[in-house]
Amino acid sequence: MDRSVNPDSDRNGRRKFLSLLLGGALIGWLGSLLYPLARYLIPPKIPEAKLTTLKVARVDEVVPNTALMFRYGRKPGILIRTQEGKFSAFSAVCTHLDCTVQFRSDWGIIWCACHNGRYDLTGRNIAGPPPRPLTPFDVNIKDGEVYVSEREG
Amino acid sequence: MGNPPNLLAAIYGWLNERFGIDAAVAFGKKKVVPVHRESVWYYFGGVTLFLFIIQVFTGILLLLYYRPGADSSFESLQFILTQVEFGWLIRSVHSWSANLMVLAAFIHMFSNFFTQSYRRPRELTWITGMVLFLLALGFGFSGYLLPWNELAFFATKVGTDIVGAVPIVGKPMLIFLRGGEDVTGATLSRFFGFHVAVLPMVFTLLLGLHVLFVQVQGMSEPVSHQALGSDKKRTMPFFPNFVLRDVVLWLVVLNIVAILSVFFPWDLGEKADLFAPAPAGIKPEWYFLFMFQTLKFIPGHVLFLEGELLGILVFGLAGLLWILIPFLDRRGQKNQRNPVFQLMGWIIVAFIVVMTIVGFVL
Repeated sequence: MDRSVNPDSDRNGRRKFLSLLLGGALIGWLGSLLYPLARYLIPPKIPEAKLTTLKVARVDEVVPNTALMFRYGRKPGILIRTQEGKFSAFSAVCTHLDCTVQFRSDWGIIWCACHNGRYDLTGRNIAGPPPRPLTPFDVNIKDGEVYVSEREG
Repeated sequence: MGNPPNLLAAIYGWLNERFGIDAAVAFGKKKVVPVHRESVWYYFGGVTLFLFIIQVFTGILLLLYYRPGADSSFESLQFILTQVEFGWLIRSVHSWSANLMVLAAFIHMFSNFFTQSYRRPRELTWITGMVLFLLALGFGFSGYLLPWNELAFFATKVGTDIVGAVPIVGKPMLIFLRGGEDVTGATLSRFFGFHVAVLPMVFTLLLGLHVLFVQVQGMSEPVSHQALGSDKKRTMPFFPNFVLRDVVLWLVVLNIVAILSVFFPWDLGEKADLFAPAPAGIKPEWYFLFMFQTLKFIPGHVLFLEGELLGILVFGLAGLLWILIPFLDRRGQKNQRNPVFQLMGWIIVAFIVVMTIVGFVL
């Protein structure tokens, strides 16, 4: 083929090729610049010892109609002893907006002060904005000590 | 040996030769401010600016003693309040001035809404103003956490959790803001960085742009005033008449800040305890209160949506429409009053006022 017939199309082809090459390099360069920055912004996961069971208190430490706050890993938990002396425990994280709930002995309910969310003593959301029940823990009593453990599944 | 006036003239001449200051001075002399019934609202942008300057100044002073960290923030605040001479004053001025700045920004924003100052050609002045307003709220939210007290801790938990409920991008945003799954010392470090570095830089740049727009386009006039013939319009020179009035008002504002700070010093509260329940009577800052109160009233589930998600969607959409007002107000673009928008504006004001009061009382 005679190259002098249409030099423009040949030049355009070369120009396109160079643009593609430079454009691609630019994108690659930007990517190599932004990727580390984006990764840097995401905090590293801090490994956490997996808790299965936690000794919270001695039975006689918690009088009926009171509650005890405890820490379960990095989250707060609440251990409640009802008027009848029965124990129950929940994650104390309100299912509405992440506040920490408290036991109200005067109302006989679990209450979140942030948005007036209410749960009954089985952890069921009964009034206010919470959309779900509190996450329950299993409570076991052995040798006068109260143990809580995460419910399977 | 030259006497001082000659020396000043010499400095002026030297600078003028290099930078052409004459043009700026001529611009300042030529600039006028329209005088009409609504002129009083012209002062609130300046008041907001003045309070921002106080914030920068007192913020830098607080940085001399503040030590960010879960084990040091609260303690350094205690140190500032009890050991540093006049530390209580500087901290109180910073808190009061912050609140008044948001208030002044609210007034500035609504007065511009009701006088339709956003209409062509000032759409971008409105939009930069709105972004500045959101940044000011960001300043308030991030600064609120820095003392690391109980109220701040739960306010941050709730505020960031709301971000987390946004579909798709919410969860990564929450991790980014908190510096992890939960509100911890890592959150405090990040908020400190936002509050003293990121926000001031972005805010100052946008503020420069916002003020530049006002200088280039001049003061906006209400529709009724704009329609008057030029023989019926009254104006006052920007310099010195308007500037001197500005300065007098700034002095009044400074005195108000001083009086509030001295007689109603800001509380430090209790140190944050990550495992204690939220205390009864917990409330966010007053400018978030109307949204907080609305969230309280929305039930857990509305139709198929979680209540909190519904609240976020509604407020998000309302905010977006508010930012886009210059483009939505068709009548305003034709320099006509818009009664529907005026009515809507009053409904919004009434909603904010009522919900804020309800939030305080309940």
